[in-house]
Amino acid sequence: MPNLEFGKYAAYIVPSYLISAAGVVWMIADTLLRARRWRREVARREAARDKRQGPS
Amino acid sequence: MGMITALANPQRFMTVSRVAAPILAAIAVLLAVVGLWLGFSAPPDYQQGATVRIMFIHVPAAWLGMFAYACLAGSSFFGLIFRHSLADAAARAAAPLGAGFTFLALVTGSFWGRPMWGAWWVWDARLTSFLVLFLFYIGYMALQASIDDEAKAARAGAILALVGAINLPIVKYSVDWWNSLHQGESIFLKGGPALAPVYLWPLGLMAFAYTFGFLALWMTRIQAEIWRRRAGALAVQGAR
Repeated sequence: MPNLEFGKYAAYIVPSYLISAAGVVWMIADTLLRARRWRREVARREAARDKRQGPS
Repeated sequence: MGMITALANPQRFMTVSRVAAPILAAIAVLLAVVGLWLGFSAPPDYQQGATVRIMFIHVPAAWLGMFAYACLAGSSFFGLIFRHSLADAAARAAAPLGAGFTFLALVTGSFWGRPMWGAWWVWDARLTSFLVLFLFYIGYMALQASIDDEAKAARAGAILALVGAINLPIVKYSVDWWNSLHQGESIFLKGGPALAPVYLWPLGLMAFAYTFGFLALWMTRIQAEIWRRRAGALAVQGAR
């Protein structure tokens, strides 16, 4: 079973894990938001282009 | 090599990565859950006590910092030689992730060093060369951001990335070449790992979790980079 008793080292272990978790969450969020932003931008510009060109 | 060639087609890459990235991410989560469970179940080390648990996040982050730089340098090489747009996109996408992992390795290393060495930071060969690795990432991203012309930015960034690749063996062998406070190699030894299985398993699982996680995020960032370029091309078309 996991043991979360870190004794006198808790002040070093807990921040290490919290900072790592924050870093990983930031990398995931930044990556997903960036991908969504540019995917939507492409869709928006393609729609605008299609509208300009009209029905073919 | 065949897989790299097959994925060099941006359209094919988009098709493959759309399926592969979520699968890799799911594997990463699964490995991390098991790795952390085993890591927190492991007994305290006889010398380092409970701080040994920092190893399960510090070492994988350090490996990924170096692995991501190898990916950055490799992509830069292909981009520079073959002028392949996907290689440039791959290089650009690897940099922020590599910088993130390198930063996490430096910070967690510092939190490990303070109770073990009595110092948050020492100008030791391993630590200093790793800080230099982080600075190469920052320099690469700053250079890319400072040049408007995409082709020139890719070329300048690629040259910087390849120069920085010289630092990778220095990081790796710094503990052998110089007297170092940082502990030496304990995993990839001729006689097998010097680490007890009770620590080796969680470390291995976490290393794979970080690697799969990086690959999933890298693929997604390459997709974003391809879309960004596509949006730019469409904007140019629209302005005509």
